[in-house]
Amino acid sequence: MATDAASNVAIAERPPDTEERAEPRRLVRAVLGNRKAVVGAVILLVMVFVAVFPGLIAPHDPQATVGPPNASPSSAYLLGTTQLGQDVLSQLIWSTRLTLWVTLVVSVIATFISMIIGVTAAYIGGVTDRVLTVLIDVFLIIPVLPLLILLSAYLAPGTTSLIIVLTITSWAFQARQLRSQGLSVRNRDFLVAARARGERPMYIILVEIVPTMTSLLAASFLALAVFEVGFAASLQFLGLGNASQLMWGTMLYNAQQAAALESGNAWWALAPGLAVALMGAGFALVNYAFDEIGNPALRPVRRRRRGRPST
Amino acid sequence: MRYLAKRGGLFLVTLWAALTVNFIIPRVMPGNEAQAVLATFRGANPGALHALEIQFGVNVHQSVLASYFQYLGNCVTGQFGVTAQGVPVMTEIMSKLPWTLGLVGVTTILAFVIGTVAGVYSAWRRGGRLDAILPPTLFIVSTVPVFFVGLLLIYLFAVKLNWLPLSGNYSVGATPSFTLPFIWDVLKHAILPGLSLVIVTAGLWVYSMRNNMITTIAEDYVKTARAKGLSSRRIMYDYAARNAILPNLTGFAMQLGYVLGGAIVIEYLFSYPGLGYLFYTASTDHDLPLMQGLFLFYTLAVLICVLIADLLTAVVDPRTREA
Amino acid sequence: MADPLLEVTDLSIEYLTDRADVHAVDRVSFTVDPGEFLGIVGESGCGKSTLLFGAAQLLSPPGAVAGGTVIFRGHDMVRINRNELQHMRWRDYSVVMQSAMNALNPMKSIGAQFKDTLQAHGTASRAEIEQRSAEVLSLVGIDAAHLDSYPHQLSGGMRQRAMIAMALLFTPQLVMMDEPTSALDVVAQRSLMSKIKDLQRSLGFAVIFVTHDMSVVSRYSDRVIVMYAGQIAEAAPTDAIFERPQHPYTRGLMDAFPSIRGPRRTLAGIPGSPPDLARPPSGCRFHPRCPDVMPQCVSRAPELYNVGDASVRCLLYAEPAKEAV
Repeated sequence: MATDAASNVAIAERPPDTEERAEPRRLVRAVLGNRKAVVGAVILLVMVFVAVFPGLIAPHDPQATVGPPNASPSSAYLLGTTQLGQDVLSQLIWSTRLTLWVTLVVSVIATFISMIIGVTAAYIGGVTDRVLTVLIDVFLIIPVLPLLILLSAYLAPGTTSLIIVLTITSWAFQARQLRSQGLSVRNRDFLVAARARGERPMYIILVEIVPTMTSLLAASFLALAVFEVGFAASLQFLGLGNASQLMWGTMLYNAQQAAALESGNAWWALAPGLAVALMGAGFALVNYAFDEIGNPALRPVRRRRRGRPST
Repeated sequence: MRYLAKRGGLFLVTLWAALTVNFIIPRVMPGNEAQAVLATFRGANPGALHALEIQFGVNVHQSVLASYFQYLGNCVTGQFGVTAQGVPVMTEIMSKLPWTLGLVGVTTILAFVIGTVAGVYSAWRRGGRLDAILPPTLFIVSTVPVFFVGLLLIYLFAVKLNWLPLSGNYSVGATPSFTLPFIWDVLKHAILPGLSLVIVTAGLWVYSMRNNMITTIAEDYVKTARAKGLSSRRIMYDYAARNAILPNLTGFAMQLGYVLGGAIVIEYLFSYPGLGYLFYTASTDHDLPLMQGLFLFYTLAVLICVLIADLLTAVVDPRTREA
Repeated sequence: MADPLLEVTDLSIEYLTDRADVHAVDRVSFTVDPGEFLGIVGESGCGKSTLLFGAAQLLSPPGAVAGGTVIFRGHDMVRINRNELQHMRWRDYSVVMQSAMNALNPMKSIGAQFKDTLQAHGTASRAEIEQRSAEVLSLVGIDAAHLDSYPHQLSGGMRQRAMIAMALLFTPQLVMMDEPTSALDVVAQRSLMSKIKDLQRSLGFAVIFVTHDMSVVSRYSDRVIVMYAGQIAEAAPTDAIFERPQHPYTRGLMDAFPSIRGPRRTLAGIPGSPPDLARPPSGCRFHPRCPDVMPQCVSRAPELYNVGDASVRCLLYAEPAKEAV
């Protein structure tokens, strides 16, 4: 495709310095232009704010007994109280930090591992590629929650173990897509040039290839984050987390143990669940916008008013 | 046939990997979990106990490699050890299997049908306000953790409205029989858990089905079909839907793992005594042999479904038949 | 002189995207007579394929006809009702696309794809279907045994010929081809082109052949339309275009061709790149790249002017008396 006969202007490949490195800027503009992405981004920003400054918003100390047990929502306690008389709203707010932290850390590490393995497989090819692909497939097939439960049983409950087990089960999620992208970039001119210069493979992978994949990496990160929130919460809901830590999942666990939904303050159970869903939705909306940006066929379709659309 | 050989190979490799994971974990994890657990086993028959010792690497004066092969041999013959109560793991799993099979089997099929039909139609009719709102809504529905859907349903239908029971698979005190009242009782208990699963699973499938369909519709061969003057319906089924679904069967099968995970949480939430609830109690009891047996079982279930999907793909997609 | 088969008048096609409306085709007019071979050439993005699909009523959202008419055998193609259109499709005109690998359904055999076409237009008997399918395949030199083959089992050239065979199922009066040879190597290209020309001569159908490669049409077409930035830059009989190109763009294209015979010379190209059709240049769309640009070219958009037997959209030939219809 380098020469178009009719114009006979050799359409030289623009080096990635101008094209792909402009990607992050293009990305931001594209995201801002998409309404769904903006809604998602707002949700996430609010959560980040709450995570960083919980003291500014939360009315009470989350772990102190401040009111009657299992109270229904009222003007004093907007989401009611727990079995121990703690303010649910304050707990919810203070739990944001750790929940967000775990989600982000897991997503970043898993995306990173995914990228290294996917791109290495694509770039080096041959037997390495085959072995790594099988490895990815194996981890994709092994069901996530059962493995999570199994691994958690052996580790001491806490954020570190949570991060470890979630990363182990999630790294393969996006690896295939990253490998595909790596394959498509493999034989581009600038890489051939790098090889000719004698650069080592790891250098090429990290310094030349990865920067061209920024939008895919961002999309992968978001796609992972959507589900990590849910998995972390599910694991804790089942009692495999550290119940004394302040996270939405542990709130759910405590609420469930106290049968809050049936006989106590239902909002103690519903509110953290809603929060998890909301965070997931935030990531999902921004990620959805990425899907549309990457694949224009998915964008909403406008129909002409005047004249007739062709059949 | 190379295709099938390749997929069969993947099946075996994944199975081996799962077995190996089960072998390695107790040996590399910090702490003396394995020792402690084994110490609590009483009255188990010596053969089963020995198998466990091999699996956990306790009290065995063998090289790791020898233990490994003996462990693999045990697995192949179905000896997965005993639970903390001394019941063989296999027996325990088999007794709870039917309930989960029923719940997950029915909901998955329902969700697949709903998801496919809705996905195909929503991709075919594009344009208008619905096209801008529906997909992201579906996407978000599919990302909501299943326990939240379950919580909401419980709150609405069981607690507030009191229409449906919120736990168990049949009412306390009822005796299982093939009578209509009992069957109705079972169904009533299965509705809320089933509904939670269907909602989330269908949401997932509508979304991916729709995306596949849209990509397929943009293909040149669909344009050719239009140019040939084929009827709209013919194009939708024969050129678009078929090409969107069939090559993706394996992809759909791989999502089963997520569904099974969701089923575990739902069974816990509804105290529905199937394999998922068993898994949960095993984890609280620290019943390692049972957990490992269940993990293998779940992995095998996904593997078998993926293999079936691969077989179907080999049958219906002509491109897989070439060398 | 018989009535033209296809009359396209002032056809405009737009793509309505989130950001801007792209005017892919701007008021294009041309006719095709029965049995004529018309070549439409231009660089990527000039709108030639869009024009073809627009005329064939095969646009998909976000593309749509924004104005003008397409009259095929007396029928207004843009406004007729769907049933009539469906009836005419493939019987009266058919379409051959660029890559048969993409244009043929990978999950159906060749025979099955012929069959559903025949059935869609009323042929029910199995014998008739088999017979006709074998017939068209033999027209392009493919053995009837390949009816059971799937597209991926055929070679590239065979696939392309199978597509052409499919296009001839009802011996239509017009076959529209969108770069059918681009995916092939030079030898296969030549073989396919001469096959197409043979078929055209024996069956008498008209051809609209869209390509970016002028050399491909030079030998076979009766007339050539050169498109640039969604408009017709020049339209003339093939000989005229190649021997006496009038538009600076056409001349640039000609200069880009090495000649196998004749003296060696330095190849020139056309500097710059095609314009963004969401925001086309003012005045003449070619002016930023034109070697013969004049001051008025920046502000005044040229119409099509008659120059001998050619129509040229260039202010070099603008005199009030010479404006073409």
